[in-house]
Amino acid sequence: MNSEGKKRIWSEYQKEIADDHFFYVRSCIRQSFFPGSEQFFLNFMRKDLGKDVFENPSHTTCTGIGYHGDIVPFSTTMTVVARHFALMKESGYKNIAISCVTSFGIYTEILETWKHFPEELEKTREYLYKATGREFDIPENMAHTSDIIYKFRDEISARAKYPLINRMTGEPLKVVEHIGCHYSKMFPKYGIGGAEFPRVLSGMIESWGGEVVDYPERRHCCGFGFRQYLVQANRGYSLSNTYKKFNSMKPYKPDLIITNCPGCNMFMDKWQYTIKAMEGTTFGSAGDSIPVLTYEEVAGLVLGYSPWDLGLQYHMVQSEPLLRKMGVDFNPDDKYKTKDGKNMPVPQNLINS
Amino acid sequence: MADFGFTIIKPRVIDYDSNDRRIAEYIFEREPSFRLCIECGACSATCSAGNFTRFSLREFNILLKRGENSYVKNELKKCMLCGKCTLVCPRGVNTRNVISLAQEAFIKLNGHEV
Amino acid sequence: MMEGKSVVVVGGGAAGMEAAGQLAKAGARVTIVEKESETGGHVSKWCYLFPDRRKSTEVIQYLNSQINQKNITLLTGEEVNLVEKKGGRFILTTSNGKELDADAVVLATGFDLFRSERKEEYGYGIYENVITSADLEVMFKKGEIRLTNGGVPQKIGFIHCVGSRDEKVGNLYCSKLCCVTAVKQAIEIKEFLKEARIFCFYMDMRMGGALYEELYHEAQVKHGISFIRGKVSEVSQTIDHRLVVKAEDTLAGRPLRMEIDMLVLMAGMEMSQGGKRIAQNSRIKTGENRFFLPADHHFGGNKSNVRGIYFAGACAAPMNITETISHARSAVQDVITYLSDGKQ
Ligand code: SF4
Ligand code: SF4
Ligand code: SF4
Repeated sequence: MNSEGKKRIWSEYQKEIADDHFFYVRSCIRQSFFPGSEQFFLNFMRKDLGKDVFENPSHTTCTGIGYHGDIVPFSTTMTVVARHFALMKESGYKNIAISCVTSFGIYTEILETWKHFPEELEKTREYLYKATGREFDIPENMAHTSDIIYKFRDEISARAKYPLINRMTGEPLKVVEHIGCHYSKMFPKYGIGGAEFPRVLSGMIESWGGEVVDYPERRHCCGFGFRQYLVQANRGYSLSNTYKKFNSMKPYKPDLIITNCPGCNMFMDKWQYTIKAMEGTTFGSAGDSIPVLTYEEVAGLVLGYSPWDLGLQYHMVQSEPLLRKMGVDFNPDDKYKTKDGKNMPVPQNLINS
Repeated sequence: MADFGFTIIKPRVIDYDSNDRRIAEYIFEREPSFRLCIECGACSATCSAGNFTRFSLREFNILLKRGENSYVKNELKKCMLCGKCTLVCPRGVNTRNVISLAQEAFIKLNGHEV
Repeated sequence: MMEGKSVVVVGGGAAGMEAAGQLAKAGARVTIVEKESETGGHVSKWCYLFPDRRKSTEVIQYLNSQINQKNITLLTGEEVNLVEKKGGRFILTTSNGKELDADAVVLATGFDLFRSERKEEYGYGIYENVITSADLEVMFKKGEIRLTNGGVPQKIGFIHCVGSRDEKVGNLYCSKLCCVTAVKQAIEIKEFLKEARIFCFYMDMRMGGALYEELYHEAQVKHGISFIRGKVSEVSQTIDHRLVVKAEDTLAGRPLRMEIDMLVLMAGMEMSQGGKRIAQNSRIKTGENRFFLPADHHFGGNKSNVRGIYFAGACAAPMNITETISHARSAVQDVITYLSDGKQ
């Protein structure tokens, strides 16, 4: 594989990412599934880099899951997003930082819709004004939070305590990246590196010492598919997509999967449990399953944050094999302790632990 | 009726003249790029939905244009609106909009609005 | 009647060489301006030609003999930037700052091959063993078809319409030659590598030229080449460096996945950069396809919007060598008529 060819493509899909003063919009599901991720982002931006990241407590869902699940009509989604833009305007911000790929997809789709169908923008202004009396501006700069981590990836690597290197062998860790369809497949120009050879996560991996695995089904969907998953009878269909990806990456013996999107993370993580339970198959090296982490969790590990503060214990596939490879210093006894030292309930049937 | 142990077989010909092409017309009017499809199959090759089911946007396009609607109607919902098909279509068909409009047309057709 | 008249031919490929030769025979003083160090254009890069598999060197020999006349001057390594009409004459400014003076101009700036890396999903320049039709001709010239690791490919795919008939790259037109080129190259590979299996992925087989359909027939019957109707949507690579092709087999109505050793992209034709520059600087009209726009598609295929400037060859539309030669000759006819008319 020729990296010059990739570099040429990356150079064509660069986007401007604001440097400071972000209006931060959270994801609905990330806080419950990977509670340390958004916390890491805020801490890193505010404390490590001294940036201004503002949150408005009145911010709500973007309706993405409802929209893709065929429950919420697009005009409603547009109005809800317009309300977020209004909150941003009221708080005096112009740069939006979006913490979820589904939301990011919704936002890009809406901005493109307004660009091509200005009458939709006017209608949305009217709906929002009638419903709430609010007015909004379109953001000057829109970034997914992984874009921002990508922007500061070398700062992270300069402070790296545990680079993505196998301490035992000295070899780079083999890392699978999955950007999530809605990050750039709909509108490649919004994604760093475009849609075919996206750079956002692979740039982090390389900067932090790892080796990116480019396996045949890399571009395939994680299988979430919203309504495919939401209806139990359709779940096999969601699972089969993920299964196809895992089979394709297995020969490369990946040490880690980094995801961009909360949905992808959930499915690539939890379906490994399901597949193992259904037919005993695992996809990592030495019979392990492959830990699936968010880019923030990985950034946190690289910087030397405690894995338990990062919330790695909340995934289905446990990260201990990875932590050992990276040489992370961790105390297994703290895994299920709260900050004030109390014991949390310990989940059953975790894999890799 | 008498049962002779055999039946009168319905022709499997696409009956172009009596088929109902209103769904296709509905889409043509609102998304003219629908006419541009040349059935190349790039969309269906890349489609996540088509990997595990018979779902094929290419097939729908031609079936709707021929007025063979009933099969399409039940299958359309499998689309995840991921947009990968739009990315690969060499004819610039706004595929996601075609799917949304088809769904809309079926609903309206049921309600006799089309 | 052409004695004492001077004509500049811009471009020294097949069209330019043929036009220059015919003009010189008619008595004109001709200057050919060629950007490369040698004449011959794309033809000289090809090994054998369709439909009859003649050696390209024979065509080059013929073209060389055409321009081997004492009233033809050759300027190589130089490009024309601007053509201006002043008082019934033309001044051409070259990249070296020279000014050439002419009574009439023939633009024979040809085409550029589509840069296949622009179809990102096929991974040209990224995955090993994804090559273009032009790269394959280089292998034919060398006389061996090899993978980057030195191995011999067993299974080879061709993707038609790369950069043609594709709204995504802004080229709606058909390049006309790539279907038959794929068929020709597939047969040639079979002759090099008897055991190889070959698959052409096409949207339509456009075999519209003389003897093209016969070549297609031969490819199927004699060489067992398989044709799969489906536009390839993406290419990726396996751990052992084979290529994975995804398409829909539209006739079977099912997605198809295939691992192959080597993939040949049938790069289309685009208006050349040189032609574009001349068009812009000199206000010569181009069509939506960016090629020069003939004044009349039926009767004025060589005429530009400026009297005295004529088109020859693939700068006006994709065309094969046979058509290019005829097109160049008819451009010459137009020049002769123009100059003997007392050029208004
Ligand atoms: S938008 Fe629908 S039809 Fe298109 S690729 Fe995605 S799932 Fe398939
Ligand atoms: S990719 Fe476009 S042209 Fe090809 S079958 Fe699909 S919709 Fe039609
Ligand atoms: S000649 Fe064939 S390969 Fe070339 S653009 Fe036309 S249809 Fe495509």
